[in-house]
Amino acid sequence: MTWQRRHVLATDDWSRDEIEQVLETTSAMVEILGRPIRRTPALRGRTVILFFAESSTRTRVSFELAAKALSADVTNITASGSSVEKGETLLDTVRTLTALGGDVIVMRHAASGAPYFVAERTDAAVINAGDGWHAHPTQGLLDAYTLRAALGDLSGKRIVIVGDITHSRVARSDIDALVPLGASITLSGPPTLVPSAWRCGTTPRGTTFEPDLDRALDGADAVIALRLQKERQHAGLLPSIREYARTWGLSEARVARMRPDAPVLHPGPMNEGVEIAASVAHGARSLIETQVTNGVAVRMALLYLLAGTPEARES
Amino acid sequence: MADLKRDAEKRGLITAPGFIDLHAHLREPGFEESETIATGARAALAGGFTTICAMPNTEPAIDSPGLIAELVARGKAAKAARVLPIATITRGRKGKELADLVELAAAGAVAFSDDGSPVADAQLFRNALEYARAAGRPILEHSQDQALSADGVMHEGVVSARLGLAGMPAAAEETAIARDLSLAKLTGGRLHLSHVSTAGSVELVRRAKAGGLAITAEVTPHHLALTDEWVGGSRAFAWEDEGPRATPYDTATKVNPPLRTAADVRACWAGLMDGTIDAIATDHAPHASTKKDVEYQEAAFGISVFETAVPLLLMGVNAGWGTWDRVVEALTLGPARVLGIEVPTSDLVIIDPGTAWTPTAAALRSLGKNTPLLGRNLVGRVIAAYVDGQLRHDLSAAPTP
Repeated sequence: MTWQRRHVLATDDWSRDEIEQVLETTSAMVEILGRPIRRTPALRGRTVILFFAESSTRTRVSFELAAKALSADVTNITASGSSVEKGETLLDTVRTLTALGGDVIVMRHAASGAPYFVAERTDAAVINAGDGWHAHPTQGLLDAYTLRAALGDLSGKRIVIVGDITHSRVARSDIDALVPLGASITLSGPPTLVPSAWRCGTTPRGTTFEPDLDRALDGADAVIALRLQKERQHAGLLPSIREYARTWGLSEARVARMRPDAPVLHPGPMNEGVEIAASVAHGARSLIETQVTNGVAVRMALLYLLAGTPEARES
Repeated sequence: MADLKRDAEKRGLITAPGFIDLHAHLREPGFEESETIATGARAALAGGFTTICAMPNTEPAIDSPGLIAELVARGKAAKAARVLPIATITRGRKGKELADLVELAAAGAVAFSDDGSPVADAQLFRNALEYARAAGRPILEHSQDQALSADGVMHEGVVSARLGLAGMPAAAEETAIARDLSLAKLTGGRLHLSHVSTAGSVELVRRAKAGGLAITAEVTPHHLALTDEWVGGSRAFAWEDEGPRATPYDTATKVNPPLRTAADVRACWAGLMDGTIDAIATDHAPHASTKKDVEYQEAAFGISVFETAVPLLLMGVNAGWGTWDRVVEALTLGPARVLGIEVPTSDLVIIDPGTAWTPTAAALRSLGKNTPLLGRNLVGRVIAAYVDGQLRHDLSAAPTP
């Protein structure tokens, strides 16, 4: 199937076939990463600009490794020490990036929708590395890849996503990637941290809401725990971190309610002792480190599909 | 006038008394990059509005007789739509102390409003409703609980949940309206509710009126046609199942009150038709591109409405959601009653109901190009407007620079 998408902004409107194509390409990239020389020339001569207006280490490094594995030239523009700090508008930054001539812009920004703004105003291909609360499509795809590798066909599998759903671009992108692959999602977390529309019967297709985490985890096939930001308590959304950890933290006892081999995932970075017990984070069920490895491969796959295939190089 | 009307009607055109707009932001003084009194008054005419009420949230805010006089003078100099001044409720629009309401009315203010903001202090708002009776002018209130809607940039609902944007729940408007109605009852004050936008708000007003409360309410043209789905890229009107699509997060869709659900739009039409809502008012809110060409959360709230109001209303009527007669009433008699004035007899608007057109930035007279209707096919357009018997807007003539 010829890849059609110019950008990767969110996977909410992707077909199952498109998601499958990314996962297949990811497998090929996993193979390349397993070689002694983890390099392929698919993006040689191409420039990938990493524009991270919101700070991040793991995602940015992951994209950098992915781009370099494909032999691309990589430039980093980060929030600190850049014009972004001096108050340069997003519009000015886009104009500058366009003038500098990148082939691919990988961007992370605190404003939901920022990648659409950029994609409208540049000829480069845009990959969204996280926009506000809205989407983190590469995380959703790497979680789908990880779960498929662990569980096989995801049809009929029930996956729990627990945490601050309202503010989570990871939750939204996990839903967007996993539901088309046949999985059903149970959302769990404090009611104040789940969108009101998703608590009263209008949950997204393929998802339900269960505030009681114990009940949600009973017989589940996998769980994805989300990072809790301490600021939520200050905003009056939570009485205390302590109560959150006791009610919605992934403890050994809770995790044991799932199916015997059900894995535990977390997008990182983790607050051990808050949303996840240290023993669970580093225990036998944990696929957290595998997620990181798969992340590089998924990002290689997308860079390849957008800018490295013969068709992409021609256009 | 009678000949003009007969002539137009023979050609299949619609005529109506010049429309009266209770709610327009002309941005002058202080924000002239977004609009001036002159450009706003000309854009109003192009939309069929021959009388417009200028909201006082300018810089400085219109809270003194001298500023009122200046506004009136500049309005006259524009030689376009008649400009009526609204004064602030509170000094400097700061929400702390009453402005000199009696003096402001004597200087020509037709109403009082802190629009853009509610009067958050209930005791002060009570005082305003009571004191304004001495001035004999209505209080136009922007009903919004700012705590409930803090940080919100669109309607809180299914679409905001999907787009990952902070929402303003319907309750933020409804709790404020409930407060305002209760205070109107307590004080006997002349309350007018600006830009009502939710089904719940319409119902609150309906019940208050049924109970005998003498209050009035308005709705905007965009709250009678557009939905929160437009923030996600839809360009289907509330009465359409499908429509064209645009890029999501278009800041031209960012407005306060926010675009609501199709069910809310339907309820607003129903409220208009049964008299719960007295007037259609544009809340014309032009913005320079620097205020809108930014991230969604950073963008200013507001839509440039004048020149696309008529097609939106006509298309809603054609979809069967209301009648044209009632729409005209809500654009003329309704606002006139709110202000306590007569509908000017020698103002006329001529509309071509069948013409298909697509708004472009260049075609808009307003300096504010911030409308999500750019590039959208519309049906119906104002082709001429007469003020005091004089032709002041003629679509076939070149636009005045």
